[in-house]
Amino acid sequence: MKKKLSAGAAVASPHIVWTVLFIVAPLLFVIYYAFTSPEGGFTLDNILGLTEYADIFRTSIEMSVIATFVCFLVGYPLAYFMARSTERQKKIYMILLMLPMWTNLLIRTYSMMAILDDGGFLNSILLAMDMAPVHIVGTKGAVIFGIVYDFFPYMVLPIYTTISKIDRRLIEAANDLGCNNAQVMLRVILPLSKAGIVSGITMVFVPSISTFYISQKLGGGTFELIGDTIERQFQSYSTYNIGAAISLVMMLLILLSLAVMNRFSDGEETRPIKR
Amino acid sequence: MKYFSKIYIALVFLLLYIPILVLMLFSFNKTSNTGAFDGFSLYWYRELFRSPEAFNALKNTLILAVSTALISTVIGTVAAVGMVKMKSRVFRALLQSVTNIPMMNPEIVTGISMMLLFVAIGTFLGLADKLSFWTMLISHVTFCLPYVILSVLPRVRAMDKSIPEAAQDLGCTPVQSFFKVELPMIMPGIVSGMIMAFTLSLDDFVISYFTNGNDFQTLPLLIYSMTKKEVKPDIYALSTLMILAVTVLLILSNFSGSGDDIARRRHEKKLRRAEKAAKQTPANAGKH
Repeated sequence: MKKKLSAGAAVASPHIVWTVLFIVAPLLFVIYYAFTSPEGGFTLDNILGLTEYADIFRTSIEMSVIATFVCFLVGYPLAYFMARSTERQKKIYMILLMLPMWTNLLIRTYSMMAILDDGGFLNSILLAMDMAPVHIVGTKGAVIFGIVYDFFPYMVLPIYTTISKIDRRLIEAANDLGCNNAQVMLRVILPLSKAGIVSGITMVFVPSISTFYISQKLGGGTFELIGDTIERQFQSYSTYNIGAAISLVMMLLILLSLAVMNRFSDGEETRPIKR
Repeated sequence: MKYFSKIYIALVFLLLYIPILVLMLFSFNKTSNTGAFDGFSLYWYRELFRSPEAFNALKNTLILAVSTALISTVIGTVAAVGMVKMKSRVFRALLQSVTNIPMMNPEIVTGISMMLLFVAIGTFLGLADKLSFWTMLISHVTFCLPYVILSVLPRVRAMDKSIPEAAQDLGCTPVQSFFKVELPMIMPGIVSGMIMAFTLSLDDFVISYFTNGNDFQTLPLLIYSMTKKEVKPDIYALSTLMILAVTVLLILSNFSGSGDDIARRRHEKKLRRAEKAAKQTPANAGKH
């Protein structure tokens, strides 16, 4: 075994050491803290005590699922229209899409808050138009809107890439064989862009279920998501054991849902090829 | 249909940009009012430039991003070369999936897991400051490594293995053939990996938030602490400057093409010049 690995493993050894020290070891620490009491003895109390946070888990999952779905609904047509543009337009659209991705998340969230806040831009426009001001920051809708706004480009980009790569002849063939536009969309383009959809959903769902800044700012302190709970356990209360238990469960939840989704999409994708 | 798609694209991008544009507008506001524009002024920019905090954070951010990019590129490149050479497929697959964990995991989990490790080590060593620049650097390198490896690995795989073998047959030591033959061939992957690591480190807030020491503040951390307080347009001014910097970078990288493109174009130019020279030489020789 040792001889088998030698050449490559020797070259990669700095990375192997780094990986064990700074990826594997920290995760083992999460597991260790999740199953021990602050005094250091083994306990299941942290995990069993999570029922207390069941509501937070439910809200987080619900909100991130809604936000991911909205991103998909708005993002898919955008990606599709972008993919059908001319090369020159594509280049401009790409820059327009990348710029928010390169802009710090805190800045974008904060700018959203500055607009929606009670004394913010939107309300001063409404007042100027003699309309009643709206209270948005601090509601569930504001948090979902913020998540959608922050992670939207991550949904569009992978879908756009896969649609761009679809062989145009397939679409023409479908048209020739009598498909109308809706059928081409549902039976050709949508199935062929599944890989992009799956990675778009992953890239939006994972950060949105674990966010804490967006809910802090746009939730106005009234909303607690899983991310907020974890952040508080580590930064305010120093209750590392409970924080580790929550993180562990969240990580497993995400891994499980990603595995299910990948399985589902792989199965769908390989079928037409096998035929 | 054609009009509909144009309108749709315009509308979505408009929504995406309104908050950023409003933020930029209000960075020039005369008062600290964030609802109504009271008049143009550069007051908040002057205020920002007067604070040593912002400059310090900018300096720290750049130091951290450059060190992260260099270290993760070196480790990641060597790792990619080693991974391809590995004979055990199982071990390689295992190593690759473990490497990718920070990319798949929510950032907050990576952040707290590193924090737990550093706090434990710090307690064990009896350090007063368990978190510092070094813990941040280690964390940044860790989450950048998978991206570097992902951009170098395809280049190493695509490389014709007979070329370094030929170099070694011709008398190169393995080390020489790596630096003189393999490295130039995988360079485009290395460069794009390094740029990626640099920008990821520059932009990171969540992982820094859990692993930073008190004496080392980066721009995202500064923005976070500023937004914890009252709404003041000095954050707008700082954000506007950061967005402008990003815009310039993005446009430059898009219109000059990637490093790969530049190298290719330069190479083509040289080729054409050589061809011209070759054509001209016999003609000139004939004239004389």
